[in-house]
Amino acid sequence: MSAPTMDRREFLSVTAVAGAGLTLGVRTLAPTFQRSPFPVPTDFAPNAFVRVGTDGVVTIVVGYSEMGQGILTSLPMLVAEELEVDPATVKIEQAPADPAYNNPSFGMQGTGGSTTVSAAFDPMRQAGAAAREMLAAAAATSLGVPRESLTIANGVVTHAASSRRMTYGELANAAAQIPVPHHVALKPASEWKVIGKRTRRLDAPSKVMGRATFGIDVKLPGMLTAVVARCPVFGGKVKSFTATAARAVPGVRQVVEIPSGVAVLADGYWAAKKGREALRIEWDEGANASLSSASLRARWAELAKQPGVVARHEGDSAAALASAARRIDAVYETPFLAHATMEPMNCTAHVQAASCEVWAPTQAQTMAKATAARASGLPDAAIQIHTTMLGGGFGRRFEQDFLSEAVTLSKMAHVPVKVVFSREDDIQHDCYRPATYNVLAAGLDASGNLTTCTYRSVSPSVQAHMFPLQNGLDDNAIEGALGEYAIPNVQVEWVRDEPGVPIGFWRSVGNSHTAFVKESFIDEIAAATHTDPLALRRRLLANSPRLLGVLNLAAERAGWDSPLPAGRFRGIAAHKSFNSYVAEVAEVSVGADGTPTVHRVCCAVDIGRVVNPLTVEAQVQGSIVYGLSAALRGAITLDRGRVQQENF
Amino acid sequence: MPTYTLTINGSRRTLTAAADTPLLWILRDTLGMTGTKFGCGGGFCGACTVHVDGVAMRSCQWPVSALAGKRITTIEGLSTDGTHPVQQAWVAEDVVQCGYCQVGQIMNAAALLAAKPRPTDTEIDNAMAGNICRCGTYQRLRAAIHRAAGEQTAAAGGDR
Repeated sequence: MSAPTMDRREFLSVTAVAGAGLTLGVRTLAPTFQRSPFPVPTDFAPNAFVRVGTDGVVTIVVGYSEMGQGILTSLPMLVAEELEVDPATVKIEQAPADPAYNNPSFGMQGTGGSTTVSAAFDPMRQAGAAAREMLAAAAATSLGVPRESLTIANGVVTHAASSRRMTYGELANAAAQIPVPHHVALKPASEWKVIGKRTRRLDAPSKVMGRATFGIDVKLPGMLTAVVARCPVFGGKVKSFTATAARAVPGVRQVVEIPSGVAVLADGYWAAKKGREALRIEWDEGANASLSSASLRARWAELAKQPGVVARHEGDSAAALASAARRIDAVYETPFLAHATMEPMNCTAHVQAASCEVWAPTQAQTMAKATAARASGLPDAAIQIHTTMLGGGFGRRFEQDFLSEAVTLSKMAHVPVKVVFSREDDIQHDCYRPATYNVLAAGLDASGNLTTCTYRSVSPSVQAHMFPLQNGLDDNAIEGALGEYAIPNVQVEWVRDEPGVPIGFWRSVGNSHTAFVKESFIDEIAAATHTDPLALRRRLLANSPRLLGVLNLAAERAGWDSPLPAGRFRGIAAHKSFNSYVAEVAEVSVGADGTPTVHRVCCAVDIGRVVNPLTVEAQVQGSIVYGLSAALRGAITLDRGRVQQENF
Repeated sequence: MPTYTLTINGSRRTLTAAADTPLLWILRDTLGMTGTKFGCGGGFCGACTVHVDGVAMRSCQWPVSALAGKRITTIEGLSTDGTHPVQQAWVAEDVVQCGYCQVGQIMNAAALLAAKPRPTDTEIDNAMAGNICRCGTYQRLRAAIHRAAGEQTAAAGGDR
């Protein structure tokens, strides 16, 4: 069969390679499409594939990254629902970096921001449904019966009246000759058999056997492992270095200077690390050599006195504050936080004269490709990005530092190179959740009603180091500030300050501090007015039914009004982020030495439609643990321009 | 560099390495056994846990020179097909998220159950406290250890 003539706007498209069965893709970006270098048996390039082999095996090509959130289970579930196969039988291929696989929420290929399942929800189901209908049409032709007389289940098309059956494998080649249907109706929710069902992870068996390939597990013939000495002060540079002792370490092959520091390349990690310890480096520590958490705090306290970019302006907060019967003021500071993924940062690259292959645990394939092109000096078409399993992401793997180092080093060393961060490197050279300094004020009328709230936040900009800001505002910096609370006069301002600490997207981004600040301040108001914190929130959320819903549910399940043992206390908070509504009640006590103990957290979430409840439960439980770790033990502090923490 | 003979998963492996090379890097870099994971290099996180003479040990803390005559078991030797009761319990309880720490968790749990077939919640928490999971799978892995304990006891003819 020759390649079908495609309408460039056609959504679904199909092709077949003789004997290879049916290959189906979803096209959403055809006008700007470039041919994928990835060797898939196809002569067109989709943004997501469904492939049915002559052996009946269904394969989907996933452009998103699996970092523990479970998309290598939930996306096969979406295809399987429409294609009428058991999701456990679906094979996964990780897609190349290609515009065809862009995340529609980002306009580039990447995984984050709680977007994957919602972004893939329709395209994956449509791909499965179209494949199903083409297989059914092929069966109808082959059996000489109308499509309507056929039923489909578990990869088998059955004509009940004549007791004849054909498997997907038997139908795959014939199905590939069928024109792609322009529109296939998707199953109504009432007919779902897979979506919404508690489905165990499909990637678990390989992971419990230690067989899943994470980035750090990649090994290529002739590969060297690189450990890089980076300036302990952010922004510092190498002034000079002596590598005689490093080169004498058995197993060390090369020592080279790169923009980020001095790299030791060796036969394995241990020799590379010992080589790095043997380096003598004089650093030019640069402008940040005296930066400390204390100096930054003092600077931000001053900056917080200046007006910032206005992010929210409703009513007249200045007048409302001036005329308030009572005023409540508070300052909230939040620290820098490391991502600390279990798998330390790493990347493997092989740069040759006309090609550059990269194996990366990355959340950002489009940026990875651009970074590799820049670092290798090769055109985009020469770059191949292989996405491995990610041992955690949390936003850290949006960054390109580790990838850039690997490509740069492979180009210089003329061999494949795997860059591995030690845990100390990972903690001290992260792109941190920004620290923030927040000044809030509330005005109350004579009856104690909240009439106004102002919120001024000082922080560096996460967005600005990746994208241009719109109107000088990084909306991630203050996202969720004051949230859904119905307050008559609101002013939210953001003051940008860049102290030179590398920062990045960190789980939930701005919400990670705005939720804490907002909910703490609401508690201050409740305490000042002798109001029950739940009652105050209920009043202020009367017009936010979904947030009110989870608030009430969490309070009910936690037994908000039930008595607690002496010394034990409850706190409540509610927040909306990424279209998810979450409320939590925590039961805590504080030891004599001030150490808090969290006895129980009761969490209610409203995230709309759930594809895999097991995944959602795991995410909710895990995010509570992650949040507690950050709040109680996660602070990253600075002294003499250096991060003071080193390891777990 | 000196030569060492190690007994790993029942096989004798002869290799040359610097005497201070941790077992972790012998496994991963020298022998290509990447099931055992590097997490911290300091014995703090448990990702690199293996069994040395049946006891859970942090392989990043054991120099190759200290391992002569010791019996080493890694995830590749816990079972060849994922059928160890702890591995099966891990799948049944859907413990895994990113999965990176889970090999170390499983090795630690298997050693715990070998020493203490029916651990309590507190005994589990104490034994597993040195194994960090940043995805936060702690509740499910505790359930999985109880499940594996039940199945091990049942298989041995014990009560449930």
